[in-house]
Amino acid sequence: MSKPVEIEETKFDEVVLQAEKPVLVDFWAPWCGPCRMVAPVVEELAEDYDGRVAFVEVNVDNAPRIASQYGIMSIPSLMLFKEGKPVDMIIGFRPKDELKKSLDAAL
Amino acid sequence: MAKSPKKYDVVIVGGGPAGLSAGIYTARARLSSLLVERGAVGGQIINTEWVENYPGFTESISGIDLTEAMHKQATKFGLETLVAEVTGIKIVGKQKVVQTSQGDFTAKAVIIASGSERQKLGVPGEAVFTGKGVSYCATCDGPFFRDKAVAVVGGGNAAITEAIELTKFASKITVIHRRDELRATKILQEKAFAEKKIEILWDSVVEEIAGDPFVNKVTVMNVKTKKKTDLEVAGVFMSVGFKPNTGYLKGIVKLDDIGTVIINEKMETSVPGIFAAGDIRSSSIRQIIAAAGDGAVAAIGAEKYIKG
Repeated sequence: MSKPVEIEETKFDEVVLQAEKPVLVDFWAPWCGPCRMVAPVVEELAEDYDGRVAFVEVNVDNAPRIASQYGIMSIPSLMLFKEGKPVDMIIGFRPKDELKKSLDAAL
Repeated sequence: MAKSPKKYDVVIVGGGPAGLSAGIYTARARLSSLLVERGAVGGQIINTEWVENYPGFTESISGIDLTEAMHKQATKFGLETLVAEVTGIKIVGKQKVVQTSQGDFTAKAVIIASGSERQKLGVPGEAVFTGKGVSYCATCDGPFFRDKAVAVVGGGNAAITEAIELTKFASKITVIHRRDELRATKILQEKAFAEKKIEILWDSVVEEIAGDPFVNKVTVMNVKTKKKTDLEVAGVFMSVGFKPNTGYLKGIVKLDDIGTVIINEKMETSVPGIFAAGDIRSSSIRQIIAAAGDGAVAAIGAEKYIKG
């Protein structure tokens, strides 16, 4: 059972950019309603892709520098990183099947 | 997955106020009840920071808190919740088979309460700049526009609520509205008119949204004078109406020409045993209290239908 990990801004480089496997980052904030809709779907994806993709949650309130560096202006935003670079971004709530299709296409 | 589908008395599609209210009533009627929701419960109202018109709350309550309380209340009485996407409903004799991304469920009655989602305006630049300045949720994205000028498109309750919410962050909010008066309720209009940061552009429509790589301009046309003006803004918040989430219902229940489910005063659809409640039904006034009321009517109808 794999669960998304919440990380601090200072850990972003190590956990996301230096990762060997692809990492899906869920940019969210406590004041964002739709972010709460996305969270259970991301949790399920973390189980489905266990071992293949790492799942990370970044609270933009605590990570304004990272959010601005990657041009986050809308949350929830899911960003897929491969070898330290963003390769795909999905904005807003999407059903799980649609997210899986995007993930599979980008992997 | 060849195993036979799990059986319920009632399956409710959608976890907004209509579905949750229906769940409270069906669970209390001791009907085995499953609510299927594609994300977390709440519906459209989770985008609203303050709800002031739901009876019983003297101070405003957030949409999230209100629907979480409804969900707790329904769960307490025995409502089960499943996170899954409903893909279709099959009618087999008197049984309904609700097909979902997590398998099939049979039900004696189904309550459709899958609500609506934000309408796209369909102007050049809107899709390209979504997430780069174009937003459909002011509560979510307002803080990214601190001390910046933004535009809100629309003139209804949602648009004016969002414009007022944005005064906490943005330096200036221009409301672009196609008519010469607002549809929003009077108390919201009074608040908006009193806000120094809010300016309203009457009789105006968005022609194009431009930027590089983020939004920096929106071109607006006055529908009376046909004059075009450019507004320098970093954000454009879209609030131009809603479309019903009825894609999975085509060919199952009768829909009207705008895609909402046709019902009678008992919330009965064209198919016996299938009810509709809330924003998804025809002529909905799109209010939490009305959705909750619809949910109760549909639930009591479902109970009667099941008991014959």
